Amino acid sequence: MTISGPGVSGAELDTAAVTAPRTGRRKAPRAGLPRKLTPDYISFLAVFFVLPVALFLVFVIWPFIQAVYVSLTNWTGFSPNMSFVGLDNFVRLFQDSAFMQAMANNALLAVVVPLVTIVIALLFASLITVGGPSHGQVRGLRGSTFYRVVSFFPYVIPAIVIAILWNMIYAPSGLLNGVLGVFGIDTNQFAWLGDQRTAMAASIFVMVWGMVGFYMVLFIAAIKGIPAETLEAARIDGAGRFRTVTSIMLPQIRDNVQTSYIYLGIAALDAFVYMAGLNSTGGPNNSTLVMSQYLFRTAFEKGQFGLATAMGVVLAVLSLAFAGIVMLVFRLIGGKDEGGRS
Amino acid sequence: MSLDTRAAVTVGRKTNDVHITKSTTSDKVVGGVSHVVLALWSLVVILPLVWTIIGSFKTTKEIFKSPFGLPAQWNFDNYVTAWVGNNFGGMFLNTVIVVGFSLFFVMLLGAMCAYVLARFEVPGSRVVYYLMLAGLTFPVFLAIVPLFGILQNIGLLGTLPGLIVVYVAYALPFTVFFLYSFFKSLSYEIQEAAYLDGASEWRTFFQVMLPMAKPGLAAIAIMNFLGLWNQFLLPIALNPNKDNYVLSQGMASFASSAGYSLDFGAMFAAVIITIIPVLIIYILFQRQLQGSVSQGTSK
Repeated sequence: MTISGPGVSGAELDTAAVTAPRTGRRKAPRAGLPRKLTPDYISFLAVFFVLPVALFLVFVIWPFIQAVYVSLTNWTGFSPNMSFVGLDNFVRLFQDSAFMQAMANNALLAVVVPLVTIVIALLFASLITVGGPSHGQVRGLRGSTFYRVVSFFPYVIPAIVIAILWNMIYAPSGLLNGVLGVFGIDTNQFAWLGDQRTAMAASIFVMVWGMVGFYMVLFIAAIKGIPAETLEAARIDGAGRFRTVTSIMLPQIRDNVQTSYIYLGIAALDAFVYMAGLNSTGGPNNSTLVMSQYLFRTAFEKGQFGLATAMGVVLAVLSLAFAGIVMLVFRLIGGKDEGGRS
Repeated sequence: MSLDTRAAVTVGRKTNDVHITKSTTSDKVVGGVSHVVLALWSLVVILPLVWTIIGSFKTTKEIFKSPFGLPAQWNFDNYVTAWVGNNFGGMFLNTVIVVGFSLFFVMLLGAMCAYVLARFEVPGSRVVYYLMLAGLTFPVFLAIVPLFGILQNIGLLGTLPGLIVVYVAYALPFTVFFLYSFFKSLSYEIQEAAYLDGASEWRTFFQVMLPMAKPGLAAIAIMNFLGLWNQFLLPIALNPNKDNYVLSQGMASFASSAGYSLDFGAMFAAVIITIIPVLIIYILFQRQLQGSVSQGTSK
């Protein structure tokens, strides 16, 4: 997580998670000689190990630990004094209608954003990989490189720029109303983000827009990792494209889909960058307010550090719970699938 | 997913397994539909960007008149306004400094730490490994308030060095994980040989092991560059000093400062200024970038 912000987090977590376990390929001969504590070795360890680990502990792990304590205090951030208030902050949060609204919005995002993104990404990935001719080897669509390069591009644009860009597109005299005007639909300068009925849907679309390309590339890679013989065999058995995708490809890339679902869900539970750029005030009637935005406002505008940190704790717990639920659901589905087939 | 599978069972198309040699009608239909769908999506991606580029050359009045019209005069007024008038030049410089130093240090420290974790028996290395995993998993939002306090205490709040230190710390876990497997796979014989030739631990790392990990370093450097350049939460929370703004937070503050009465032309120009570096990196390293995405999943 080079730092939760932009879409990058998905990639990073992903690679780490996948590359990390496959390490023990070769038993380390422990570099031969038993290490003597020579000045060389000591200075080496101090700089190569102690320095980075210390940095990491002080600026990453220590704040995480502190957060648990701070969430139980009424620290204001402007004074060094804080007194212990127990679970008061959490009680306050669950009585705060704006926070509950934010949590509901996050829940909606966590359900819709991953679902829509993954369905579109899978669809595109399938079109690209099996869209080619149905005879001979299973081949992809011609010219697919172009689509891949273009759709992937939003991934490298800073998320805040994506959000601001779409803010302008949705503006009354923005691109969307202009395009609709070309098709003869007069929207009468409709403010897409200023209306409670459309603000959330419009925001969701922006998040999907920003993430589809990345997951498409990821799924394409996963599909390409399926042995060609498997696809060939399916084709010889008379499976059409649709059948190949649903019965052969999807089960094979299930783990990738699961991982993507978790990262997308966690990104949706955060959603800070997008919402900050689209509707920095939380939208009409707080309809696009998310917990992270509320947290930020509580901490850095109102100075209620204790309360804000309590929100952080809630956010962290929900993120972990989300990951747990997704894994459970996928295990249940998986179990059924295998039972049906064997 | 379950729905999909069920649909497959009931629908189960029985076409196109007869024709062996030439493209069938259904091939053409599927191919055609695929191209249309993907082309439409490409348009949805490209159109906003083209609109932005054209908009960055228009006056705000022209932008409001029609979203499609071309500018009467192609000039760089908006860029000048954004670069000088709204201090995006200064912010660009800040971003380059912060990202440059952070990238250098995170690559150096990340590589060193991964090297030790992967190839040495150091007490506590297991614990560190799992802590790094935790650092990747928990939302930064949980840490952001205490982090603010820590930086305030050591007097680095709102300074570029403070930002650099935090960037390095938060990009470190991912860098270490990525490089860990690279260093793990390098040959032990070569390391042995370096020792036998009398090289110190330091020299073995910098002159023998590090060069061998180059492909891994390049991949992770690109991803870190993008991640750091695009970073938003850390600067807006920890860098309140306007003189030290980086581009991403400058964009946000510029956009929210005026609402709809904003200087749209300058805004478009600012967007382009922010995107150009990542665009260049993307065009240059597109292959490697998509490759490293694949790498994470295909194995």
